[in-house]
Amino acid sequence: MNTVAPMRTKIQVRDLEFFYNGNRALKSINMDIPEKQVTAIIGPSGCGKSTLLRVFNRIYAMYPKLEARGEVLLNGENILAPNYSMNRLRSHVGMVFQKPVPFPMSIYDNIAYAVRHHERLGKRDMEARVEQALRGAALWEEVKDKLKQSAQGLSGGQQQRLCIARTIALKPEVLLLDEPTSALDPISTGRIEQLITELKEHFTVVIVTHNMQQAARCSDFTAFMFMGELIEHGDTDTLFTKPGKTQTEDYITGRFG
Amino acid sequence: MSSPNENLYRMRAFKNGIAMVFACAATGFGLLWLVWILITTVVNGAAALGPALFTEMTPPPGTPGGLANAFYGSLLMSALALLVGTPIGLMAGVWLAEFARHTRLGMVVRFINDILLSAPSIVLGLFIYTAFILPVSALTNHQVGFSALAGGLTLALLVIPVVVRTTDEMLQLQPGTLREAALALGVPQWKMTLQIVLRAARAGVVTGILLALARITGETAPLLFTAFGNQFWSSDLLKPIASVPVVVFQYAMSPFEDWHALAWAGALVLTLFVLTLSLLSRLILLRDRSY
Amino acid sequence: MTDNSQALTTVMATAPHAGEARSARDHRHDLWFRRTVCGAAMVVLGLLACIAGSTLWGGAEAFRTFGLDFFTRTDWDAVAGRFGAVVPIYGTLVTSFLALLIAVPVSFGIAIFLTEVAPPWLRMPIGSAIELLAGIPSIIYGMWGLFVFAPFMGEYLAPWINDNLGAIPGIGALFQGPPLGIGTLTAGIVLAIMIMPFITSVMNEVFRTVPSQLKESAYALGGTTWEVVWDIVLPYTRSAVVGGVFLGLGRALGETMAVTFVLGNAHQLSASLLMPSSSIASVIANEFSEAYTDLHRSSLIALGFLLFVVTFIVLACARLMLMRLSRKEGL
Repeated sequence: MNTVAPMRTKIQVRDLEFFYNGNRALKSINMDIPEKQVTAIIGPSGCGKSTLLRVFNRIYAMYPKLEARGEVLLNGENILAPNYSMNRLRSHVGMVFQKPVPFPMSIYDNIAYAVRHHERLGKRDMEARVEQALRGAALWEEVKDKLKQSAQGLSGGQQQRLCIARTIALKPEVLLLDEPTSALDPISTGRIEQLITELKEHFTVVIVTHNMQQAARCSDFTAFMFMGELIEHGDTDTLFTKPGKTQTEDYITGRFG
Repeated sequence: MSSPNENLYRMRAFKNGIAMVFACAATGFGLLWLVWILITTVVNGAAALGPALFTEMTPPPGTPGGLANAFYGSLLMSALALLVGTPIGLMAGVWLAEFARHTRLGMVVRFINDILLSAPSIVLGLFIYTAFILPVSALTNHQVGFSALAGGLTLALLVIPVVVRTTDEMLQLQPGTLREAALALGVPQWKMTLQIVLRAARAGVVTGILLALARITGETAPLLFTAFGNQFWSSDLLKPIASVPVVVFQYAMSPFEDWHALAWAGALVLTLFVLTLSLLSRLILLRDRSY
Repeated sequence: MTDNSQALTTVMATAPHAGEARSARDHRHDLWFRRTVCGAAMVVLGLLACIAGSTLWGGAEAFRTFGLDFFTRTDWDAVAGRFGAVVPIYGTLVTSFLALLIAVPVSFGIAIFLTEVAPPWLRMPIGSAIELLAGIPSIIYGMWGLFVFAPFMGEYLAPWINDNLGAIPGIGALFQGPPLGIGTLTAGIVLAIMIMPFITSVMNEVFRTVPSQLKESAYALGGTTWEVVWDIVLPYTRSAVVGGVFLGLGRALGETMAVTFVLGNAHQLSASLLMPSSSIASVIANEFSEAYTDLHRSSLIALGFLLFVVTFIVLACARLMLMRLSRKEGL
């Protein structure tokens, strides 16, 4: 299944703690996320899986009274260090959210908007980039004739793929997906799951999901979190067939959560 | 045996009946006055309405004329007020919604703004008089006194709180996920705010500006001693200037019949303009919501 | 599907973007953006202080000349240079009081009608009509008062009031006088009509915040509409209703044009509500641009300062009471 090439670690989490108004939401997390693989984070709601994901691009920093302690190394550099630039981090680490949030502009501009901010591209290069990003997100065929139309007219599943396209247009190294299919119908969900397996050829993908089947279907590694702690982390097949901890077993067999 | 209970029930039903009659009567009573006022304005105003109203200058008593210079003055000062007031209001609204949503200072500014929103406009006129007209007059050796600029600034003070309030409210209605999605793409906060969040809220923000315009359109009291008045066409921002409400006030208070007619016509135009603006802003909001 | 993958390969193969310089610049711009919008907000904050400060400064001469007598003298004589604020203060308070006396019950009735009585298809049109009317310039109300209502008042209402209420011992003095049409009572009524849509829309809005479960459970116990309004809706919204009334009061106190037309600008103190009088705002509107002595002007600004302080207090109370309801909603 996995490629034979030796796996490099993309993100290293070292003794990460997270505080929400002084309450500890993450407890001493240690975790290695391999490059160009899909890592799923599962666990019951409130276990801290989304919080962990939101540390990886420091999006939590837009709210007051939230604090992360410890180290998160991206390519060996600590992104939690105060001098690590937030905008640079976010152009390397893209994120797709639970609910699709198209910007109030055309489909084309939705993708070109952030690219324009980071890169100076000519008209032709930009058009090529938009097309490739849309193709990469398997959306091109559906929208190529209405690029100038408002993105709010797309269906939920299309909007979510647009958000993925918008993110990959920036050429990130890591793609964070926060329950990307929880607001979608089964068919759209299927397309996005298929897309995820394609994306891992180019990006390191971290996906948070409350859907265990989804984790089993499209991830290479799975981490199980409970009450702010990382209980178990390993090869997806192993974790689902021979879980090492009873809590993990209870969860995947549906005894709680 | 059931008679005490029945009496109680009848008593309650009677009380309720009276209250319901009162509610209906109050509605009828309230609407009666308002309809009466509107009909009076339309009937009296329509009689003097004509093309001359918009093409001719304010006349001396006994000669025909229009309110052209007053319309121009109102337009000029309203434009000035929006030009000055809207950016300040927008920025302050952005600060409240994006940077100070739950801070104490934000609460204080919101509170003060709400008070400015209903502060007596005549006091704002006095403020501009003492804080702007007097110093400018002293600096220019009494060459510049009442002026269109002062009138426009006074109206700007009325625009600011309206725009602050609506901008703040409309931005707060935008979902946090929209901001997160923009920031997650590495876009700086100022771009996120101006190009994404403000854009998503634009219908509401435009509504606020229209409401502010509606508010200053009929504003009379503070203009009496800031813009003063002028019988002639004037574009000079440093000279006194005519405005529709002030002319309407002066003509209505005069003893001349033909001036009264012009005042009614001016009043009707003001009313129609304000009603159109309110309807327009409602339409914009409705369309935005259905979209 | 390899097509998708190929597209991604092409994207990833483009030249990397220059991060660091861009990033530092963004950070700097963000900082300036934040400072600018914060500055604008501080302008709003400063405005209030400036208004209070400048009117106090402008009125300083009057306060210095007359001292506390300014608030106790009844004479207002521009020629002799003697200014006392009692008449305009009294006029402002009485007209506002009359306006509230009429407008509050009527607004309450309309709000009940709109939230509990009217069939749903009627609520929207009447509600919108009332909100639209709240936006009509006050000068229209004033003109209507001068040209339509004052003659009506002088012709029919005033004589009737004179004959029927003027004879009552004690309060009769309030209702005696020539049927001029203009005067305190007329101003109060016009003011009432003007603030009515305003108070109504606040009450209407506030009544709608009452959770429907609360009302439904009261109806389920067999409560009549009136009982639900009086025992459930009103207690739940009490502070906000009072806040709405205070907002109306704030407007009535500071309203200029609706009053100036029909009050008569008389500086005599008279007990009768049918006599002309003056209010703070109407005196300023009538006399300011024609005030030729510094003392006269300063006295008018001093009146403005007084008006500002009083309305500030009233409006601050109104906002605090309205905030109490929204806090309850938040819980």
